[in-house]
This record gives sequence, C-alpha cells and structure tokens, in this order.
Amino acid sequence: MLNQNKYTFSIILLFLALILSGLFNISLGSVNIPISEVISSLLGLEVEKDTWKYIITNYRLPKAITAVITGSGLAVSGLLMQTLFRNPLAGPYVLGLSSGASLGVAIVFMGASLFGASFAVVLLSKWSLVIASSIGSLFVLFAVILASIRLRDTMAILIIGLMFASLTAAIVSVLAYFSPASQLQQYVFWSYGSLGDLSWEEVGILGIFWFLGILISIGSIKNLNSLLLGEQYARSLGTNIRKNRMAIIIATSLLAGSITAFAGPIAFVGLAVPHLIRQIIPSANHLTLVPAVIFGGAILMLLCDIIAQLPGSDYSLPINAITSLIGAPVVIWLLVRKRKFNF
Amino acid sequence: MNSTNSHTVIKTKDLSIGYRKKNLVDLVALEINLEIKKGELVAVLGINGAGKSTLLKTLSGITKPIKGEVVIKDKKIQNTDPSELARSISLVLTEQALSRNLSVIELVALGRQPYTNWIGRLTNTDLKKIMYAIQLVNIEDIRDKKCHELSDGQFQKVLIARALAQDTPLIILDEPTTHLDLFHKAYVLKLLQKLSKDTNKAILFATHEINLALQLCDKLIIIKDKKTLYGTPAELIKSGAFNNLFPGNLIRFDNDSASFKIKQ
Repeated sequence: MLNQNKYTFSIILLFLALILSGLFNISLGSVNIPISEVISSLLGLEVEKDTWKYIITNYRLPKAITAVITGSGLAVSGLLMQTLFRNPLAGPYVLGLSSGASLGVAIVFMGASLFGASFAVVLLSKWSLVIASSIGSLFVLFAVILASIRLRDTMAILIIGLMFASLTAAIVSVLAYFSPASQLQQYVFWSYGSLGDLSWEEVGILGIFWFLGILISIGSIKNLNSLLLGEQYARSLGTNIRKNRMAIIIATSLLAGSITAFAGPIAFVGLAVPHLIRQIIPSANHLTLVPAVIFGGAILMLLCDIIAQLPGSDYSLPINAITSLIGAPVVIWLLVRKRKFNF
Repeated sequence: MNSTNSHTVIKTKDLSIGYRKKNLVDLVALEINLEIKKGELVAVLGINGAGKSTLLKTLSGITKPIKGEVVIKDKKIQNTDPSELARSISLVLTEQALSRNLSVIELVALGRQPYTNWIGRLTNTDLKKIMYAIQLVNIEDIRDKKCHELSDGQFQKVLIARALAQDTPLIILDEPTTHLDLFHKAYVLKLLQKLSKDTNKAILFATHEINLALQLCDKLIIIKDKKTLYGTPAELIKSGAFNNLFPGNLIRFDNDSASFKIKQ
C-alpha cells in the first residue's frame, strides 16, 4: 500500500529536534542560562535572575527566531530552485538575488564615499542597508521575471541568473577597488552575515515576508511534484507551467531577498539542507520534503549559531563562515558514505 | 459532430499539422482524417522526420493545428482547458528529464494529479486506481524501488502504469520501444495490445517497429510525403501502402509474409 504517512514520524522527530535546538540556542551564549530557566522565561513564569529574562527577551529570543526564519526560508528556496531547474547545484543564489542584494549594500557602503562624506552619514543607518539590499534583490528579480516572461526555456533563466551574479560581483569588485579601507571593512562585515542585530520590529517585518514566501511554497507543492516528471509531463497533467514558474520565483525572491536584506548573504544553507534532508528522508514528494526542509534548515541555522557564539566566551564568529565550515564537511561525508547521489 | 458516435475517442477533420515560425508555416502533413475508437490500438508509422511526433503533439494538444480541427469528447481540442484535457489524454514521452529519485509508486501516483485536491492528497479511490495500474502492467515486485534502479524495459512499464493511473480514454505514446531489445519491444507492444482490450482505452503510439505493429495493431497511420494513410493492416497491405514507404532500392515489402526484406 502506498503509505502517505510513511515519513510523518521523521517529520515529528525533526520538529522535536527543532524545539530542542531552539532551547539550547537560547540557553547557550556568552552567559549560559539553564534550560529550565529558559523554559520558564518563555512561558512567562518567574525567572531566577532579572538579567536572564532581559537577555532572553531582548537578545536571545529575537536571534533564535531570526535563525529559524533564515534557515528555513533559505532551505525552502533552495528546494524550490532545485526542483524548478531540476539541478542539484541550484540554490537561492542561482537567481542572482543575493548578488543583487550585495550590489545594493556595496553601493551604500562604498559608493557613499564617492558621493561625499555628508551623504554617507545619512545612508549608513541600519534601515538604509535593508532598503538597499531589498532594492538590489528586487532589481535582479524583475530582470529575471522579465526574462522568464520572454523565455520558454527554464534553463535559460538559470543562466541569466548566473550572469547577473557575475555582473554584480564585478561591479562590487570595481567599487571595492576604489574604496577606502574603512568602508571596505564595513562591507566585508556585512558580508559575514549576522543574526543577532535585529530588533523585534525588524523580526516582525522579516517574519511577514517569510510567512508569505512559505505560504506560496506550500501552495506550489502539487505543481512542484508534477515538475519532477519534467515540463512536458507536468503540462499533460494540467499544470500551468508559466504561472507555476512565476509563483516559485516570487516565493524564492520573497524568502531569499528579505533574509539577505536583514541577515546578510548567508551561504550554503539553501544548497545543502535539501540534500541533507534527502539523505534522511528518501522521498521525492514535496508534501514530505517541504516541511522536512523547513525544520531541517531551522535546526542547522540554530546549531550553527550556537557554535558561532562560542558558548562561555565573549567572542563570536561570523555566521556565514560557520554554516559552511560545519555544513560542507557534513554533506561531503554523507555523500561519500552513501556513494550515491540521489536527486 | 453529428457523425461522431459514442465510441469515438478522438477524431480529426481536414487536419494540417506543422510548425509556425513567425510568418512562415512549416507544413508537415495535410488533410488528415482519423477517427479512433475505444479499445483500439493504433500505430503511427513513417520514416525519421516524416512527422510522427508532430502528429502526436497536435493530437495531444501540445502543438496547435495549422488548419482543420482535432475533436476530443465532442469538443475542439483548442477549446479544452488543460485540466480537462489532462482527464482525456495521458502521455508517455521519450523525454528523460524526469527525476529518477522518484520511487516507482510515487511516479505512478503522480498520474492521479488531475483528480487530487490543491495539495495533491490521494484519496482511497486514487490509491485503488494506482494499485490497479500497477497490477495491469505487472510491476508489483518493483513498486518500492527507485527509478534509477530500473532497467529501460522496467522503466517503460512504469511510465505506462503512470499513464494508466491517469485513467484517460486515450493514451498517447511517443516511440515507447526505443532503447529496448527485440524481446522487450515485442513485450511492450503486446502489453499495449492487451491493455487496449482489457481497459477499453484507445492507445495511440509512434513506432519504427513496422513488423510488430502489423501483427498487433487494429489500425495504422502511415505518414509519407506529407500525406497520411489510415486503415487496418490488411487494407493498407492490399492497397500497397508499404511498397514505397522507404526511399531507394534497399528494402522491399513482401506481401506474402507481411514484412520487409532486404532487396537481393
């Protein structure tokens, strides 16, 4: 019998793992807070020390939520891109969205010096970064959507996305070449990615974009499954290829664009999480994969954040380096062990 | 449409097929008049480039007709919306772009998409149809395997099962026997014949296996020099349709054995 609930157990396990990593993530940091106190704080009960409650509500909790949003959002957009392009190498980066965001931010940081110092003061607020990277992502998004309206071939869109990525990277290099060291450094710090600098208000806005993106992804599950057969079969099953492709691109842009705007260009998660999940859950059905990838991405991001905080010390490492440092060997190990690459 | 009786699955009226390139029309074949009935097995024959695929694409609604019409369920194919068409015609293509990470049963289950709800949840009826399709092509033993573990012959059967699960009155297959050895070619075509009789579905396929098609099919469509001939194997042999099917002096059709022979 075709058991549709075959992987429900795995998904429940992933969900429990997500809760656990969330609790550990909030508990560990420069000051370690006991898990029991974390739980009482989250439940609104009395907490032993007021400073703990302050740290949790104003710092740890928004950071953990940002990690969950970032990890799950990037992982889902990676899955969407891999299915849309039927390419295991695809991730949110292939549409050039992150490159667009980088260009926006690079112009703010490094272009500011070209436009004069007074201008730079106005520009260099937190929100100007968010706005600049959003504009950058949107710019690339519109270019990609225009291309996808004109082109019938999905692979051509993939190539156009990659071209935009190298184009924007080239402009960033030129800007960097002419920029003073201090501005260059600011840009480099942004490119490390960061989960911790978000206020509740910002988390709320990011959350809205995330929610919309995830909603569209869930609505696309049936069509994503038909795309596994290739576009011709999908069409013969009644799928509207263009409408479906547009929905997938918009969902990816909402997710990857907003996440890059608020948390910086976080590498690796979007590409790797779908592959990690396929190793655990050997199904191609997106009804199973989408929730699994949402939980898996969130877990990976929470764990990477714990490591990046170097619990017990006052230092923290750039999150972007940790995701790749931890994630890449895991993927390599899994693939070598299994000797077979299932896509 | 008054001449259409209830057993007709698909028919064409003065159909011209081809491709439009801006203002130019690349005509492949013209004045095609066919009528395929329930339970019939029909092969499309012709040399490479004769237009077999174009005909199948036009009949399945992928390519628009240049002239004339394709009528399915008493309705012009151009006026049928995609979800309705998905309940009328199922395809088995030569396209290899599909994910081999799908398990056999997952792939067959995708045939139920035109009937499932917004998220693709399978009902008990869907599950019954899936199991029935798997039984019909006799692939119960491999149903939990991944498609990348299958041989070409097994994979072809899985694709046929998917089309059966889609439960349409017409199944169209584009060269279902390529990449297969002689035994599996005969096996697949024999299976198609059995399926058309057991399920009363019309099955239309393009093939190069003229000898097998002559033995198994109810009707044949021959495309040659932009013209089409349509009839039973016996009628077509009698009319000498095969004598000039291939160019040059290399092979000839032997009426007695109803097969092609090398000219000595």
